[in-house]
Amino acid sequence: MTEWFDSIKAQFILNFIEKNRWRYLWTGLFTTLRITFFAVVIGIALGTIIAIVRSTADRNLSDMHPGPGRSILKFVDGFCRLYLTVIRGTPVVIQLMIFYYVIFASSRNSELIAIISFGLNSAAYVAEVVRGGIMSVDIGQTEAGRSLGFNYVQTMWLIVVPQALKNVLPALANEFIVLLKETSVAGYVAIKDLTKGGDIIRGATYSPFMPLIAVALIYLILVVFFSWLVGKLERRLRNSDH
Amino acid sequence: MKKIIALVLIMMFCVSGLAFADAKPELHMGTNANFPPYEYHEYIDDVDTIVGIDAEIAAAVAEYLGYELVIDDMEFGAIITAVQTGKIDFGMAGMTVTEERLESVNFSTTYATGIQAIIVPEGSEITSADDLTAEGKNYIIGVQEATTGDLYCTWDIEDEGLGTVDRYKNGADAVQALLTGKVDCVVIDNEPAKAFVAANEGLVILETAYAVEDYAIAIAKDNTELLDKVNEALAALTEDGTIPAIIEKYIPAEEAAE
Repeated sequence: MTEWFDSIKAQFILNFIEKNRWRYLWTGLFTTLRITFFAVVIGIALGTIIAIVRSTADRNLSDMHPGPGRSILKFVDGFCRLYLTVIRGTPVVIQLMIFYYVIFASSRNSELIAIISFGLNSAAYVAEVVRGGIMSVDIGQTEAGRSLGFNYVQTMWLIVVPQALKNVLPALANEFIVLLKETSVAGYVAIKDLTKGGDIIRGATYSPFMPLIAVALIYLILVVFFSWLVGKLERRLRNSDH
Repeated sequence: MKKIIALVLIMMFCVSGLAFADAKPELHMGTNANFPPYEYHEYIDDVDTIVGIDAEIAAAVAEYLGYELVIDDMEFGAIITAVQTGKIDFGMAGMTVTEERLESVNFSTTYATGIQAIIVPEGSEITSADDLTAEGKNYIIGVQEATTGDLYCTWDIEDEGLGTVDRYKNGADAVQALLTGKVDCVVIDNEPAKAFVAANEGLVILETAYAVEDYAIAIAKDNTELLDKVNEALAALTEDGTIPAIIEKYIPAEEAAE
């Protein structure tokens, strides 16, 4: 038993204490959080815009009279559909490498490239979530807004979208958690995130157990923490319904 | 219906049993086949095969010991993990012995010597290995993750605060990053470096090497039986000229003398 404990201790010292290897995990953690946070911001902003376009087209395109407005909406909607198909139809790590090696080939700021790449990826998923939220707001809300004299954009922005976002907020928070784990592929383009931190230690010490378990634990703690926050948020939102 | 399916399954088991009855036991080798000329993919008779110095030496060792060699292609960083967990019997991927790696696995005797070379774009201001550790330059150095080039650069340069090390999943990615100007140079084994420079215009290898090192085969700590056998095979195959011939085939002597 003491022998087992001693070997665990030796492994721990080798993997984390020696040469201050724990710093790879520590700095990697913040890289992961930074990428996730900014990617989610991009994702929600862009995703909401796409969702508004898509739901507007779904509801109104068939009733609209032929004219420039209809043509523009049709074109923008078509573009959004293409975007969703391409982004959701390809793996995020491939998108990341295309952004890194092809689209932003000349940029040296790999973290920014990762943020844009994960953000654009997340936007596609957020768009579908928010579209569901917009569609779930009773059509009577739109009709009431229009009959009170708001134009379509005002009705959408002031009445429908706030209600929709409130409905989908838990799902959006969940997107944050999913993205947090998805960023673990950032190491493919030499970004030193949390997973890469573990990989660097593994490469130096050749011992798989400690670094992998440590990385897994840190992700788990982060996800449990954010899930708890989401749960709290959900309860608060439910209270405001009364 | 069920009976028929059961019957078919039983027959299949019998047939597969027969097929394997007189086959040799398998010896699994783990490698990262993106590392010419030590290991890389090539179509031989329309079959995707892993070839190279390591692959051929491993095949010779396996034949000497009476095993059937099976090569598993994996990420370089995953090889040692696979050795330790027993998913593969040994790892052979141009690996160098270091103190820390010896804590986790055993290494065979050396079968080849490697050089860590520096690749730079033509006309780069980096002209020797010393430039990389120059104060205040803060070069970005591309490496293949978990290779010795990565370790050396991490110790000498990143840990000393003299520059940044960007770690890619394989050598080709690091060279791609060099071509697009994301890194200032790539530190990688000399042989793959030559292959990369030959394949991409505008890149050169510096005359001064970053480091010289010995390659060995990684085997699990508790598998000393295999370690002894492999060492015996390596000694015998070096003796009878098989291993020198394999190395000569991939790295002709006049080229190695340069």
